[in-house]
Amino acid sequence: MKRMIKIFSAFVLSSAVLAASTMVAQAAFESSYTYNYDYWGDVQDSPDFYNATKVFTSVDFGLETPFNQPNGLFVKGEKLYVCDTGNNRIVVLDRTGKESFAVVDIIEGVKGSPIEKFNAPTDVAVNDEGDIFVADSNNHRIVKMDKDYNFLLEFTKPNTSTIDKDAIYTPAKIAIDTADRVYCVASGVNKGLVKYENDGTFSGFVGATKTPYDFTDYIWKRIATQEQRAQMENFVPTEYDNLYMDYEGFIYAVTGKAEPSDIRSEKIDAVRKLNLLGSDILVRNWEWPVYGDLYMGNGGGFEGPSYFTDVTTFENDIYVCLDKNRARLFGYNDQGKMVFAFGGNGNLDGYFRKPIAIEHMGHDILVLDTLDCTVTVFSPTEFGQLVYNAIEQFDAGNYDVSEASWREVLAIDGNYDLAYIGVGRALLRQERYKEAMEYFELKYDGENYSKAFKQYRKEWVEDHIGIIVAVLLAIFLIPMAIGKVRAVRYEIRTADIFKR
Amino acid sequence: MFEKATTTSKIGTFWKSFKFAFYCMSHPLDGFWDLTHEKRGTYAAANAILILTLVARIMKLRFTSFVFDPVYWEDINIFLYLASILLPLALFVVGNWGLTTLFDGKGRLGQVYMATCYAMLPYPLMQFPLMIASNLVTIEEGQFYTLLDELSLVFVVLLIIAAMGQIHEYSMAKNLLFTVASLFAMLVIVFILLLFFSMISQGVAYFISLGRELLFRL
Repeated sequence: MKRMIKIFSAFVLSSAVLAASTMVAQAAFESSYTYNYDYWGDVQDSPDFYNATKVFTSVDFGLETPFNQPNGLFVKGEKLYVCDTGNNRIVVLDRTGKESFAVVDIIEGVKGSPIEKFNAPTDVAVNDEGDIFVADSNNHRIVKMDKDYNFLLEFTKPNTSTIDKDAIYTPAKIAIDTADRVYCVASGVNKGLVKYENDGTFSGFVGATKTPYDFTDYIWKRIATQEQRAQMENFVPTEYDNLYMDYEGFIYAVTGKAEPSDIRSEKIDAVRKLNLLGSDILVRNWEWPVYGDLYMGNGGGFEGPSYFTDVTTFENDIYVCLDKNRARLFGYNDQGKMVFAFGGNGNLDGYFRKPIAIEHMGHDILVLDTLDCTVTVFSPTEFGQLVYNAIEQFDAGNYDVSEASWREVLAIDGNYDLAYIGVGRALLRQERYKEAMEYFELKYDGENYSKAFKQYRKEWVEDHIGIIVAVLLAIFLIPMAIGKVRAVRYEIRTADIFKR
Repeated sequence: MFEKATTTSKIGTFWKSFKFAFYCMSHPLDGFWDLTHEKRGTYAAANAILILTLVARIMKLRFTSFVFDPVYWEDINIFLYLASILLPLALFVVGNWGLTTLFDGKGRLGQVYMATCYAMLPYPLMQFPLMIASNLVTIEEGQFYTLLDELSLVFVVLLIIAAMGQIHEYSMAKNLLFTVASLFAMLVIVFILLLFFSMISQGVAYFISLGRELLFRL
């Protein structure tokens, strides 16, 4: 009997171990929800950076008429504005708790305007005074109203020769700056963003691609005939998909409308950060381009590059781009290095069917799905909070706190390149150059390594100046002395007085 | 008496011929003429220089600062890495010899090999100090490193051209022409090798399928 029990328990134990090992093996083949790319561009699985805390449907919001193809999101403080395009209305919600929203108001039109009802509004923006700007797409206007929805201004089709007179003008996405100037992405306008002054006048296009001068193109155009030249037109159109005004007044603009080959070859930037003059000032210090997924294979029925449809920027300069092709979110830091990438197509929480807009509240991310008519709220996990804390403490100048936070991140995920570089940068600021160099070397950060090494070398030379001088003197003096001695000996040997 | 003993001993001749590589480096035309015509070079020294070059190439991977030469170790195949020197060398030697024999070059196959190896000396000579130097400079000062790194290759190429002119007893123009022509000869050899291998594999596949067919029928 005892023997039987022994055999039985051994069998149970071994099968349990076997099952566990196959589970581990299976887990190893499945890539994780969140991932990142390392220095070499290899995919590194990562602990989750964000968790989908809750997916809000129309019912969860307490709406009588459910959403119909919502298109735009806007956050002002704790208020969330959803552009319910299909129902020609804007739903104003208030975040009452971590996982609850309450409907504040539903805006269906504007009082005192020639056309009172909205017709397919696609985007909304609110300024500090509470004035609301609406991209009223099928009424071909952008409308400005006060907080009681009284008509203030109308921004209409720009009266300029560069836009076709007969073309229908459809504003799609808008952003406003602190002076109430309006920047607009209009469908069919491929010369950049349409910019209006705060009195409603059109003042030009912002952020068009500069066509680079290409010498070989010039040669070819000299040879080509008139028709061939027309075909070769080297005009790279700039048709943005969406824009976001960050807390500093810079515009983040994204596009996916370009030819995939243009995005792959970086002829067109998927993301741009535009300053007041409309030039791109986005920092791209990563080894890899800022266009989402590096690998564009046709896995899972999706092919081509990531299609950035919206972007939002945190106060710590991390910007998150929403890819509507593979339904993923890509976060980049102020250096253009990838902080996280997660998401996917599907019906589970945290996956999307057709994500269209992204916004943030504090560190939380809100994503609007136009097909599911849902708003998904993502909150940072412990891992994400540690990373944010480390970055924000570094920016605040608390380098030792930042270092400690990065080390905690490393304890969770040893494959996270940013953490090594983060520890290194914190050490560099604390003037611990030798340690900083080790961390930079681990993740091939030559730029920062050189900074640390330069200081380390300086210190080393200062500490060993005596030895260095001694060695240099020895190098020069010893051969000189030997030469002198030899010369004297030669003189003596050949001197006449010693000759026989 | 002592002088004579060293020249006749094996190690002595090796040393002398090895040291002659430095003379070839500083006096290419005179040096490479004497290398074959005065029999100042030996195969042992040539092999030693080749081995030094290979060692330098491998050590460069490990000891150059990652700032200038980040290495993806997962992808390194040491044999392929060595072949990246040995294969072009073999192709060049054979191609150059094959071509120059037809156009009254005086160098023999072994001499072409020996001269080419002798001409490679600047590479290890410059790469070893550069490995150390790369760890002492920052990325802003890296211009010097990259310049010297490229210079070592340019030096080798110039020496090879000079060497070929001397051992084949060619004039300058003819020498340049045939150095370029040897590159084409290398391409032709590669082409023929590929052709040969694919033909052989097709032929083998034919007989294998023939055999299979027979086995089916029997």
